[in-house]
Amino acid sequence: MKIGNFLEGKNIQVSERDESDFLTALKQGDRQAFARLVDETSTQIYRTARQILGDEQDAEDVLQETYMKALKALPTFEGRSSLSTWLHRIAVNEALMLIRKRKTPMVSVDDTQPFDSEEESTGMEIVDFCCLPENELLTSESRKFMDDAIQRLPENLKTVFVLRDLEGMSIQETSEVMQITENNVKTRLLRARLRLRQELAEYYAEKVEKEKSK
Amino acid sequence: MSEHVHTEKCNTLLGDLSDYIDGNLQAEICAQIEEHMKTCDNCRVVVNTLRKTVELYEHCNDNVELSGDVKERLFAKLDLKDYLPSPNITDANK
Ligand SMILES: [Zn+2]
Repeated sequence: MKIGNFLEGKNIQVSERDESDFLTALKQGDRQAFARLVDETSTQIYRTARQILGDEQDAEDVLQETYMKALKALPTFEGRSSLSTWLHRIAVNEALMLIRKRKTPMVSVDDTQPFDSEEESTGMEIVDFCCLPENELLTSESRKFMDDAIQRLPENLKTVFVLRDLEGMSIQETSEVMQITENNVKTRLLRARLRLRQELAEYYAEKVEKEKSK
Repeated sequence: MSEHVHTEKCNTLLGDLSDYIDGNLQAEICAQIEEHMKTCDNCRVVVNTLRKTVELYEHCNDNVELSGDVKERLFAKLDLKDYLPSPNITDANK
């Protein structure tokens, strides 16, 4: 049983006995247990929704909807994945559904095709922005640019990137949330990272030139 | 700024770069990549900036916080208001 996963890193020691009691209480509709679950996991769920949607109000709607759904579905929760993974799956589905409802059509890349390095490397920008000082790399302007760049990714790449690189999930957890194979996760992740690298290389190019001429 | 001149070798390595920077690659392929980077500046820059990109994005989540208001509305929506942890306690736990 992996229900303790969502408490990891929070310095809360839970024995297996406590975990199984906690899950039993949750499934029986214990309000206090549910409140604890919401308290412990809502920041992660909100962040995930916010990064996928790029909008605070939408993220809040998804946050609320996620726990409403979870509350209803808990009695049938089977514990095949961790509670955290399960909640993320609900949230991601809600977020993608909301995007579909928006006016702009959802952008998706065809990933039935294997990774095509030829295609991905075309026009690749070679700017070594690693040399820039940290305070130049992380200005509020560049953070804004990074945020916007995530929003420019196609949904299926963005979701994998958010779960894996922003939420720090493993490849396996990400594949459970997305219900796709681990290889598929890896391919999407690489594509997402390469696209973002490219955007940052273009963005920092000018600063790198300035730095060189100093 | 120069365009990436990619050889066959560069292209083969590209597919493994995510695993490489995550440290999830077999030693043998890692060695191949490292050997190639010694002579190919372009690939070296791509690997380093790819790693840097992932690092920079780790800071991206710092800004996104669940505000007290959003949390309060969430607890209200779920009819859990009685269980809302007091803000002081939440702060102390951070
Ligand atoms: Zn090369």
